[in-house]
Amino acid sequence: MHPAPSVIIFSVFSGMGFGLLAFLGAGVVTPSGWAAFLWWGLGYGLAVVGLLASTFHLGNPQRALLAFTQWRSSWLSREAWASVATLLLLAPVALSDWLALGWPRGIGFIGAVLALGTVFTTSMIYTQIKAVPRWHHPVTPLMFMVFSLTGGAILAGQHLLAAVLCVALGAVLLAVYRIGDGQFARAGQTMGTATGLDRIGEVAVFEQAHTAGNYLLREMIYVVGRKHATKLRRIAFALAVVLPALLLLGHGLPFVVLAAISHLTGALAARWLFFAEAEHVVGLYYGKR
Amino acid sequence: MTVQPKIETSRPIADEVRKTTCYMCACRCGINVHLTSGKVSYIEGNRDHPVNKGVLCAKGASGIMQVTAPSRLRAPLKRVGPRGSGAFEEISWDEALALAVSWMKPLRETAPEKLAFFTGRDQSQSFTGWWAQAFGTPNYAAHGGFCSVNMAAGGIYTIGGAFWEFGQPDWERTKLFVLFGVAEDHDSNPIKIGLGKLKARGARVIGVNPIRTGYNAVADDWLGINPGTDGLLILSLIHCLLEAGKVDLDYLAKFTNAGLLVVEEGPEKGLIAKNAESQPFVIDRKTGMPAPWDGKGVDPDLGASYQGNRTVFQHMAERYLSPDYAPEAVAARCGIPAPRIRALAAELARVAFDEAIELAQPWTDFRGNRHETMTGRPVSFHAMRGISAHSNGFQTARALHLLQIVLGTVEVPGGYRLKPPYPKPVEAHPTPHFVTVPGKPLSGPHLGYVRGPENLALREDGSPARIDKAFTWENPFSAHGLMHMLIPNAHAGDPYRIDTLFLYMANMAWNSSMNSARVMEMLTDKGEDGEYIIPRIIYSDAYASEMVAYADLILPDTTYLERHDCISLLDRPISEPDAAGDSIRWPVVEPDRDVRPFQSVLLDLGARLGLAPMVKEDGSPRYKDYADYIVTHIRRPGVGPLIGFRGADGLATGRGGANPDQMQAYIDNGGFYQAHVPAEASFYKPWNAAYQDWAVATSFYEVPQPYLFSIWSEPMRKFQMAAEGLGAIQPPDHLRARLKQAMDPLPTWYPPFGDQEAAGWGYPVHALTQRPMDMYHSWGSQNAWLRQIRGKNYLYVPTKIWAEHGFQDGDYARVISPNGGITVPVAHMAALNENTVWTWNAIGKRKGAWALDEGATEATEGFLLNHLISELLPDKGDGQRLSNSDPVTGQAAWFDLRVRIERVGPKDQSEPSFPPIPRVVPKGEDRA
Amino acid sequence: MTCLPATTQKKLGLAIDLDTCVGCQACVTACKGWNDQGYGARLSDQNPYGADPSGTFLNRVHSYAVQPEAGPAQTINFPRSCLHCDDAPCVTVCPTGASYKRTEDGIVLVNEDACIGCGLCAWACPYGARELDQAAGVMKKCTLCVDRIYNETLPEEDREPACVRGCPTGARHFGDFSDPDSKVSRLSAERGGYALMPDMGTKPVNRYLPPRKKDHPQEASLLAPLLDIKASGFAGWLDKILGKI
Ligand SMILES: Nc1nc2c(c(=O)[nH]1)N[C@H]1C(S)=C(S)[C@@H](COP(=O)(O)OP(=O)(O)OC[C@H]3O[C@@H](n4cnc5c(=O)[nH]c(N)nc54)[C@H](O)[C@@H]3O)O[C@H]1N2
Ligand SMILES: Nc1nc2c(c(=O)[nH]1)N[C@H]1C(S)=C(S)[C@@H](COP(=O)(O)OP(=O)(O)OC[C@H]3O[C@@H](n4cnc5c(=O)[nH]c(N)nc54)[C@H](O)[C@@H]3O)O[C@H]1N2
Ligand code: SF4
Ligand code: SF4
Ligand code: SF4
Ligand code: SF4
Ligand code: SF4
Ligand SMILES: [Mo]
Repeated sequence: MHPAPSVIIFSVFSGMGFGLLAFLGAGVVTPSGWAAFLWWGLGYGLAVVGLLASTFHLGNPQRALLAFTQWRSSWLSREAWASVATLLLLAPVALSDWLALGWPRGIGFIGAVLALGTVFTTSMIYTQIKAVPRWHHPVTPLMFMVFSLTGGAILAGQHLLAAVLCVALGAVLLAVYRIGDGQFARAGQTMGTATGLDRIGEVAVFEQAHTAGNYLLREMIYVVGRKHATKLRRIAFALAVVLPALLLLGHGLPFVVLAAISHLTGALAARWLFFAEAEHVVGLYYGKR
Repeated sequence: MTVQPKIETSRPIADEVRKTTCYMCACRCGINVHLTSGKVSYIEGNRDHPVNKGVLCAKGASGIMQVTAPSRLRAPLKRVGPRGSGAFEEISWDEALALAVSWMKPLRETAPEKLAFFTGRDQSQSFTGWWAQAFGTPNYAAHGGFCSVNMAAGGIYTIGGAFWEFGQPDWERTKLFVLFGVAEDHDSNPIKIGLGKLKARGARVIGVNPIRTGYNAVADDWLGINPGTDGLLILSLIHCLLEAGKVDLDYLAKFTNAGLLVVEEGPEKGLIAKNAESQPFVIDRKTGMPAPWDGKGVDPDLGASYQGNRTVFQHMAERYLSPDYAPEAVAARCGIPAPRIRALAAELARVAFDEAIELAQPWTDFRGNRHETMTGRPVSFHAMRGISAHSNGFQTARALHLLQIVLGTVEVPGGYRLKPPYPKPVEAHPTPHFVTVPGKPLSGPHLGYVRGPENLALREDGSPARIDKAFTWENPFSAHGLMHMLIPNAHAGDPYRIDTLFLYMANMAWNSSMNSARVMEMLTDKGEDGEYIIPRIIYSDAYASEMVAYADLILPDTTYLERHDCISLLDRPISEPDAAGDSIRWPVVEPDRDVRPFQSVLLDLGARLGLAPMVKEDGSPRYKDYADYIVTHIRRPGVGPLIGFRGADGLATGRGGANPDQMQAYIDNGGFYQAHVPAEASFYKPWNAAYQDWAVATSFYEVPQPYLFSIWSEPMRKFQMAAEGLGAIQPPDHLRARLKQAMDPLPTWYPPFGDQEAAGWGYPVHALTQRPMDMYHSWGSQNAWLRQIRGKNYLYVPTKIWAEHGFQDGDYARVISPNGGITVPVAHMAALNENTVWTWNAIGKRKGAWALDEGATEATEGFLLNHLISELLPDKGDGQRLSNSDPVTGQAAWFDLRVRIERVGPKDQSEPSFPPIPRVVPKGEDRA
Repeated sequence: MTCLPATTQKKLGLAIDLDTCVGCQACVTACKGWNDQGYGARLSDQNPYGADPSGTFLNRVHSYAVQPEAGPAQTINFPRSCLHCDDAPCVTVCPTGASYKRTEDGIVLVNEDACIGCGLCAWACPYGARELDQAAGVMKKCTLCVDRIYNETLPEEDREPACVRGCPTGARHFGDFSDPDSKVSRLSAERGGYALMPDMGTKPVNRYLPPRKKDHPQEASLLAPLLDIKASGFAGWLDKILGKI
């Protein structure tokens, strides 16, 4: 799949943002005053930047409001609702923290759950796609959630928790790679089943449908970046998991900031790979995956 | 759940529909052109049209991209810089025409042959030929010589018709269809419709082709033959059929010259024995005595000997029963195992004879014998350039017709059916006319069918009368001329120099020439006097093709929706076996540029030159424009370009006076007209009295002209005799051996020229091209939709060679022939003869042409095989370099090409790469 | 809206005959031509005359090489367009309701006025049947020519998809798969019509009719020679063959 920057930024930033909001909402940290303003602001900022980034991906963003209509069937629609609900619901909590209004925290807990729920809906946008076997398994939402929690924990300055989550994330990433690598084969689709010509024999491409490029090739059949996958996986793992975990052993803001930057960079790399490595079954028609 | 949106499903498609004829190939399908706000908005097939019955090919359905192409020429252009530099200035039509006249007029008055008028994808040859005849130059031909004259002439000389546009399988009834060497053909949609019918019925299709794509891909059985060996395969099939007695003796005796006698000895040796009235005769089985070949009740004895002369049948049988033609003897050369050849012969015999069908349709033959039924032999064949584009193609085409004849499948139900005005034997065609008299028209049409050496187009001194050396000892039956030799000969001044090259619709500076790079040089070469060797070039194109850059004067044509055209029974009509048909084009939209229909321009030029048939007595133009010509021109009394709606009342068909409302009548009728063949005349046409009478009534013959199929070709024998030293008119010595072999009166096979040598010299691999179904030669690439489908080509390499050289995806290969080398991208293909590489024809483009970006894949990666093909054969040590053509017809031998191939590795640019040609129209941006 | 209807009254779709398709690409440009002026936004092309052209097509024809266990390799042409799936994942993923499956005939359509161009439906389709138009920013897909098949301004016989009407070999058939007696149902039953990637759980409506068995010359009993020509000579052969008339 084409690793579009808008979608990578969307899912990474909003994931991290909602993670932080979850921690703030649940009162794991309860900042006040300008600290609260900055902290909540960071959470909201990441989430909103992410959401805005996602609209760059749209052909007709002016109709984006319509995306709220299909919550019954569409994870993307659900994500729209969940994100807005989360942002709205947590607003009073943030306000209360910032202005020391002392409003009850209860709503914050619901907001925290919703924030994680939002990340779950995001993850389901990908997980549901059967045509991309690498995504289509339960570890995908787990990965999104753990990424979100890890990022949130780091930004929430939860050294130990964040370090533990980093370790968990490492495990999940390994699982994702491990499972992901075998997914296409497990899905059992080949050029033969895609065309049904396996009933005759071994199928290979003779001629592409068109010699010119097209949307499918650009969007779904992204073979360019995969060459460097192994190297990138190591980098992603090091930056998103190992380095932050180590940095979090240190104390003080700089360590947190460095850990956050490292984790974010690693997350972006991992997310780039999430797309770039994902093979859509439509590639079978083109003899490319 | 919310409600579904309501959508408008009954939107009117357009303001208006105009019915005309497609032009993207010679198939000439009927189209419905939809106009919205005066603009073309949609094109679909005309369901009522006899050719395509509503369907369209990929090109036809994207015609809208052709009429809006940015590559369209916009105004007349005059060259102002060096030729080929692309320096042109726009001029007015008056200036353009005056310039053309100033060049042509002196030629007409002094040496008309110095104007050579050659037309390429011309669909108005009876008109352009008429113009050239009026001008008086012998140098006229259309593209047939480099295209498929072998197929046309091989058919005419054998059965009085051919595959191609002359006839087609009985798609409704045939049960076994064998296709030789066809990728697409002119009959594009009818073949596809026909194949669809066979498939729907579950009839069997067999493809004989080194390459398995397209039609051959859907064939039930594929014979991946070695190129150039079809003749051998076919004669081997005939061998098997004869050996087993599975031939239609009745058919052979009644309808072919199998029962005529061949003179065994003496000065007439090898000619058909004639009686005192100079008529051929047969020996009647009932009496054992000579009898007229066309006598009532006569039953020709195929086994007869008379005065020491034996029948054609015996000569034929003896020839092909020879063990030389046994499957085991030919298998290795053909690349087809002997048992498969035998199985194919058995299958042909089984279907032809065991599955014969009988139509309850009485008919009367030309001898006056009445038959209660028509016997159908549901085996049919079709063949095209895979056979004809080899230097043994004429004889191979003859062999294939012979195969049809021995099976009794020509002009019978389920077999192969001719389309009016065919059948038409050699005798019904003109002979070539070539004698020039300054200021006078030629005495008759340029192109024709030679009966013997006396018809050759030779001057008093024996030198060729025509610039292309058509109708000479080098290629006596060159019925379509040799367009591929035009520029090389004009450049070499052999046989003479010309002054003005007048070209219409032929991309001679690129894909339609052999050795394109050299041709480009020939077009720009200057002599010692500093003048161009070909002093003047006038060219009419509709688009910014590669050729445009090499003209001195460009006469920009309209596109096919902007002009009148006439698809006439006088040249290449749109008939069906059951109906004669012709059609028109008319301007369904007005041109938005300063362009004029070429045919109207020709008439204008003709009038300015004062050519007799184009001016009235007072010297004023006879025809207002081409539309006027189509309607009012009278070729022979009562006969004009169109057969429909003739006569003052518009009710006459075939023969009748001009009808001023004829064009409108055609338009109202959907752009075409059909005259239906009566039911009792629908088969056995060459021998069917009812057909002969109908054909006379409909103007195809002046008198009934029944004839026998020529298994033994007397015209060929006459040339062979000459080569043997008999007769007054003698060939040059260096051609004797080749004529003896090639002009064999019985179908024969010899290896394509240079084939064995080439293999020996280290060029072991055959290299072919195929037509893509979605592109028409060079001009599909300007079509925004088609070029996305096929914007570059690969050299397809069979598994064996792929593995041998260790090729990988993305690799390029160096492909080398005796004529040069090219470096091109390769791709692997498994369903391919193991000794053959190939590519799609004419995808490669010159940078800067066709209004495309210079980085267009067509111009960077795309390539032509033409650079590898020489227009001349190598010198065989006698100092002679003959043209790379069939020795009988002069057909360009495109497919004789042999190459060697080397791996280059990954690259992104094909070679040779020529500098961009300067643009005559701006580069295309967005599409309309 | 983007919930799928539990059932549809008809199941309109195409039966594509791979035994007959010659790969001529006529259906590709027939479709492009019709839809360039038909339902919804035009099918745009980018850099149409440039170095790297690209455009929206709703139907594309591929060509495959297939190597059977025995016999020579085959070339099989393969048109690919929307299969109008019963369990169309492209519909359920759509956040705006723009994608829907019609209850009356099962056609899967995009309501372009509601489409935000998020591309998710194209991701969800395993068959590559959806292309986001780069100029209009809306999702395009085969409409089964909904603006032809019910078009009362067209003659009855023309109320079929443009690609079906235009296909020169008649390899494309249009009809109602819910009616067992329809031409497409019968063809599919007779010829073993199959769905693509059934394991994807999309339940395609369109069927592909597989190529017939190739390259197995019917067990032809070879021609028996009339007689031994070597032994009896040409004259013997001639007598024998002519004696038969
Ligand atoms: N390697 C190889 N070369 C081959 C062949 C092959 O098989 N292999 N095939 C050969 C054969 S059979 C043929 S017939 C030739 C074909 O060769 P050409 O006859 O040269 O065919 P085109 O390339 O179509 O060129 C026709 C020209 O007509 C112009 N044209 C198009 N429409 C119009 C119009 O309406 N009016 C005017 N005035 N001009 C128009 C086009 O722009 C183009 O420049 O190629 C030959 N070349
Ligand atoms: N779409 C489209 N249609 C066209 C044209 C076009 O450019 N595009 N051009 C038109 C013109 S001008 C012409 S002349 C016709 C030509 O129509 P075709 O005769 O179909 O011409 P080609 O595409 O050259 O195909 C020649 C076929 O012969 C095969 N072949 C080559 N050598 C041999 C051999 O020795 N034996 C056998 N058995 N097969 C062999 C090749 O593999 C190829 O399949 O098409 C016309 N129709
Ligand atoms: S076959 Fe195609 S290009 Fe040729 S006339 Fe017919 S529709 Fe036009
Ligand atoms: S139009 Fe028909 S034959 Fe041609 S590619 Fe399409 S389905 Fe195949
Ligand atoms: S083929 Fe693809 S676009 Fe069409 S209905 Fe099925 S999933 Fe949707
Ligand atoms: S691109 Fe349009 S139709 Fe497709 S899912 Fe998005 S909004 Fe729906
Ligand atoms: S049914 Fe209509 S929209 Fe669908 S592929 Fe055919 S022509 Fe295109
Ligand atoms: Mo041709």
